Amino acid sequence: MSKHTLSVLVENKPGVLARVAGLFSRRGFNIDSLAVGETEHPEVSRITVVVNADEQPLEQVTKQLNKLVNVLKIVELEPSTAVQRELLLVKVRADRPVRSQVLETVELFRAKVVDVAPDALTIEATGTAEKLDALLRDLEPYGIKEMVQSGLVAIGRGSRSITANPSLRLAA
Amino acid sequence: MTRPSPESLAQRAAAQRSAPPAAPGAQIAPVPCTGAQSLVKSLEALGVEVVFGIPGGAILPAYDPLFDSKVRHILVRHEQGGGHAATGYAQATGKVGVCMATSGPGATNLVTPIADAYMDSVPLVAITGQVARPAIGTDAFQEADIQGITLPITKHNFLVQSGEDLPRVLAEAFHLAATGRPGPVLVDIPKDVLQAATTFSWPPTLDLPGYRPTLHPHGKQIREAARLITAAKRPVLYVGGGVLKAHATEVLKELAELTGIPVITTLMARGAFPDSHPQHMGMPGMHGTVSAVYALQRSDLLITLGARFDDRVTGKLDSFAPDAQVIHADIDPAEIGKNRHADVPIVGDVKHVIEELITALKGETHPPRADWWKQLNDLRTRYPLGWEEPEDGTLAPQYVIKRLGEIAGPDAIYCAGVGQHQMWASQFISYEKPATWLNSGGLGTMGYAVPAAMGAKTGKPDAVVWAIDGDGCFQMTNQELATCALEGIPIKVAVINNGNLGMVRQWQTLFYNERYSNTDLGTHKHRIPDFVKLAEALGCIGMRCESAEDVDKTIEAAMAINDAPVVIDFVVGKDAMVWPMVAAGTSNDEIMFARGVRPTFDEDDI
Repeated sequence: MSKHTLSVLVENKPGVLARVAGLFSRRGFNIDSLAVGETEHPEVSRITVVVNADEQPLEQVTKQLNKLVNVLKIVELEPSTAVQRELLLVKVRADRPVRSQVLETVELFRAKVVDVAPDALTIEATGTAEKLDALLRDLEPYGIKEMVQSGLVAIGRGSRSITANPSLRLAA
Repeated sequence: MTRPSPESLAQRAAAQRSAPPAAPGAQIAPVPCTGAQSLVKSLEALGVEVVFGIPGGAILPAYDPLFDSKVRHILVRHEQGGGHAATGYAQATGKVGVCMATSGPGATNLVTPIADAYMDSVPLVAITGQVARPAIGTDAFQEADIQGITLPITKHNFLVQSGEDLPRVLAEAFHLAATGRPGPVLVDIPKDVLQAATTFSWPPTLDLPGYRPTLHPHGKQIREAARLITAAKRPVLYVGGGVLKAHATEVLKELAELTGIPVITTLMARGAFPDSHPQHMGMPGMHGTVSAVYALQRSDLLITLGARFDDRVTGKLDSFAPDAQVIHADIDPAEIGKNRHADVPIVGDVKHVIEELITALKGETHPPRADWWKQLNDLRTRYPLGWEEPEDGTLAPQYVIKRLGEIAGPDAIYCAGVGQHQMWASQFISYEKPATWLNSGGLGTMGYAVPAAMGAKTGKPDAVVWAIDGDGCFQMTNQELATCALEGIPIKVAVINNGNLGMVRQWQTLFYNERYSNTDLGTHKHRIPDFVKLAEALGCIGMRCESAEDVDKTIEAAMAINDAPVVIDFVVGKDAMVWPMVAAGTSNDEIMFARGVRPTFDEDDI
């Protein structure tokens, strides 16, 4: 099995996320990561789903997704031709003796400190899953008090846009 | 091979370019009204003839304007009956069937018929009342999240948020139900939306940007399919219910006769190709004919038209039709390659597919197929469908069903429940015309027959409609006979009463050492219920038949009654079994012609 990133353009209507998510579980797929947001067209939302699946079942689930009346378009984004990012917020123990070392790690990963407490720092980092994993590995020894991670979002490289298709019949 | 003409291409392009579709029906200028009136006016504008339903609290506002409407409402006794009736109506007429129920339990009682219609791709619109918008999510009285509940068993569903949306949502529901791969659509309407003031106008503009079924097949795929067909030595036309849905039975016959290829019709496609046609090999699958099962297993090319490689047809999937290449034509792209790899996938309306195949194949030649036909004809002669008379002198259920089909003839509509009687009704009645065989194929819903027959008779009042039911099935939904009696829907019911849940008993005989756990219904031993008395209590005419010599005259007596529903209690032997049989999970090659009898295939001939 391998990881696949699907960009699913859907009508921005109530209940659409439940239809998409429900279809994955019903057909026996686990969603690794899920992110939803509006697009440049307010009536269209974009769901980015990362699934672990073989080629053939993935084709079946894509076809089933396409059958959902509210789904407008599905594009699989290959890691080599797309920019993929996740957001991480992590609260790390950082007492005076280790604070400078923590800050050095933050610097190294081009992350940011977004909140400071006497014994802890909250760090914001964006990047690929691999980069965030590496950051977490380096912060682990200091003691991670709490962390939260967003789903992956992805966009194709180059000037082409997957939302520019006339068949989407956007904002007439 | 012919190429598409410039005209046909231009036509196609125009069809694809068309603006968002408008709903059918005459134009109506905006009028102020309530949501409930808007709902009923929309149903009228959509040409709805009949709605099967039961009122209740949340849907009550809709029943007031319905009282004055030209739309006929048939008051059923249970929402499940209403749902199956709408399905029977849709399957018999090809139109969208409509059922209506209130919120909560009314809506959840529709779940089984909706799931049934989903599995068999039946165009159905279910309209349910919902608690008022401010009460949604509060666990209010008779509240159920029917939109959430039916998410996996509808083609699409709606929760109407405003009265203004009603005409558009209903037009979309009917469009979705009837086009592409048909299926059930649920429209849930909160009570306050039905009560509130709104305006109604017609036609609304449909807003379905994500719904674009592919109707016309790709020319390249048609050419590739035609190439395989002209080269095949042992081709088979594997015909499914999609051919009936696409109204493609005439062109199917033309294609079959043009190519001389043997035809098999699945349980959902019985009647799509005349049983009496010399090219017809019968039904495939678990209880299919030896010749149909063998034809699939030894084929070198399956021309699959509107069928879906269901497990009841394929048996053990990895040993199914091992030498065959597959052409798979379906309007639903997700069916193609789902269970079996397609060498030539064709997405499109199967009627267009067949028409284009005919054009491509005209004047083409193919290798001689005399050997193939010789093998199939040999099997057909050696292993015809039949039965052994019961040793205990009881009435053979197969005989009853065969005579029923012969006496009622090919113009009658036959609706079966689920189980042994369903298989015998598929095997021993000769179907010559489309939409004369209705049954619950995919979901296998016991209790389907009586309400579906009621719906079919409503849609086709001049046809003779027989429900062929088992004594188990009949006890699930027979209360709709009261509806039939009161509404003037004179269906005929043949209860094939073997006193048992027959198909389950058959499996206990074959696979559970004849340990008959919980399959005796007592309808023989105790005559509870007495089906004749039950029929009479429900306002029907009840008859009983217990011997072979009475079969014809009982059926003829029932045929002579046209002013009331009739129920015949055919008391038949309990030990009759459905043969041939491919046991669940085994290969089609393991087909048994009768208990302990394996057909012999002349392997050297192949």
